[in-house]
Amino acid sequence: MDVILFLIFAIIAVVGAINVVVQSHPISSAISLVGVMGSLAVLYLLLGAEFLAAAQVIVYAGAIMVLFVFVIMLLNAGAEVRKGQSSIALFLGGPLLVALLILLAWFVQQLFPGVMVYFGGFRGGSAQDVGRALFTTYLLPFEVTSILILIAILGAIVLARKEMD
Amino acid sequence: MDSFIVISLIKVVVVFAVLLTILAYLQWVERKVIAHIQVRPGPYRVGPHGLLQPLADVIKLITKEDLVPPHASKPLYLAAPFLAMTMALMSIAVIPFGPIIHVAGYQTAMQLADLNIGVLFVLAISSMGVYGIALAGWSSNNKYSLLGGLRSSAQMISYELPLSLAIAAPLLISNTLSLRELVEKQSGGFWHWNVLHGPFPQIVSFVVFLIAGFAETNRVPFDLPEAENELVAGFHTEYSSMKFASFFMAEYANMITVSCMATLLFLGGWVAPWPAEYGSRFVPVVIFALAAVAALYHGMNPARRRDQMSLPVFGILFFLIAALFLLPVVQEWLLPLFWFCAKTGAILFGFIWIRGTLPRFRYDQLMGFTWKFLFPVAVLNLLVTGLLVALVS
Repeated sequence: MDVILFLIFAIIAVVGAINVVVQSHPISSAISLVGVMGSLAVLYLLLGAEFLAAAQVIVYAGAIMVLFVFVIMLLNAGAEVRKGQSSIALFLGGPLLVALLILLAWFVQQLFPGVMVYFGGFRGGSAQDVGRALFTTYLLPFEVTSILILIAILGAIVLARKEMD
Repeated sequence: MDSFIVISLIKVVVVFAVLLTILAYLQWVERKVIAHIQVRPGPYRVGPHGLLQPLADVIKLITKEDLVPPHASKPLYLAAPFLAMTMALMSIAVIPFGPIIHVAGYQTAMQLADLNIGVLFVLAISSMGVYGIALAGWSSNNKYSLLGGLRSSAQMISYELPLSLAIAAPLLISNTLSLRELVEKQSGGFWHWNVLHGPFPQIVSFVVFLIAGFAETNRVPFDLPEAENELVAGFHTEYSSMKFASFFMAEYANMITVSCMATLLFLGGWVAPWPAEYGSRFVPVVIFALAAVAALYHGMNPARRRDQMSLPVFGILFFLIAALFLLPVVQEWLLPLFWFCAKTGAILFGFIWIRGTLPRFRYDQLMGFTWKFLFPVAVLNLLVTGLLVALVS
């Protein structure tokens, strides 16, 4: 049951991710990305990280991607035209992609030898556990990230202001 | 295990049937209430007091011609109403209507699924609902629809922030994300409800939640996505037949979800306003008996000729319901259900009342209101609540 669910949503995630790149219309790409986010959330849920799953949907699918769709609609972007496809990219890229995937699989095998992954195996995915981890063990990285985001927001405001003058 | 599946299936069927019926009749209630606010009788011809009007509307909507405008982006155009309605109906799955009850030897909760992140689930699902509206506006290939979709996505992103912040404050007090535990912590009387409960009464965040909820459901005074005098009908201009109906149903389902969430978060869910030993279990009996007496009295002196028949029948029905509340066998689940429906219904009535009262915002007022007023108020409320909770515990 778990394996079937995992396979279904893993396939949706991968197909959606490929679709993001393949689609020629920005709206279709954005919707595919929403699908990827949603299936990632289900994968988190299968592992037992329920808070992360909810946050994934609320933040990425529900807020950031809505903003993407909003901007695409606002600019009324049309379908992109395919051009400049080089045959070298196809012949060189295909084997390189396969090589990359093999390397990735090998690294994962080497880094986590004999680690069994099973469903609901992750304990500590509840909101309490995540909060405690963020504010005790990972307090410094958490605060640094907050300041980084603050700088990014300030930068966005400054850049937008310059444009107006 | 087998009984669990059977009970769950029965609960799903019952909740879904009741929800769809309520969706249809909520529209009848809205038309009636608005009509009475505007001093006119409202739907009156189809059935007694227009009670069969929703049925007639459903038949009308199903049999209407289903049009797809030319040059519309067909897959998205077809998916949008489906998306809007699915996301609107899904939240009901985690909303608890009552405590754990015992029926015929089985023990079950009056709730479809008790998630320990129930609040976040509702937030996630409702934040996905905006796609239905935005994509409907975009895929219709109509500039009024596009403007409606744009407005709704901007509005929903903006009002989601004060909404989430307003939800966070009572969660700090109750210290849980499960909707069932949230209600259980508010039991004991209305002074334990989060809206009045110490260390910091959540009146401000209750009001902020309701205002943001109005905006999230695109209701008056925040119904700019479908402003008739500017945008024809906004995002659903090009939709007809059942697709139009599904947007309509999604809006009403979202209204019900917001009302249920307000009840659960701030008003103590299915908990009675004061304990049963002080007589709170006789309140529904008194209310229904009074309604029965009023109906019978007006049946004796009918204002219209057809009321001679219909009002006495309603009166007898109300008396039967009042008697039902006195049976000890059903009290266990009927009383919590009554209180939950009473609180949710009161908020829904508020929704309709405001629609009959307030004019629409201007667009810049709408955005200025949330970013310059509602959002800072919600942040301030959350900070004060957090400080007081930390000091008390």
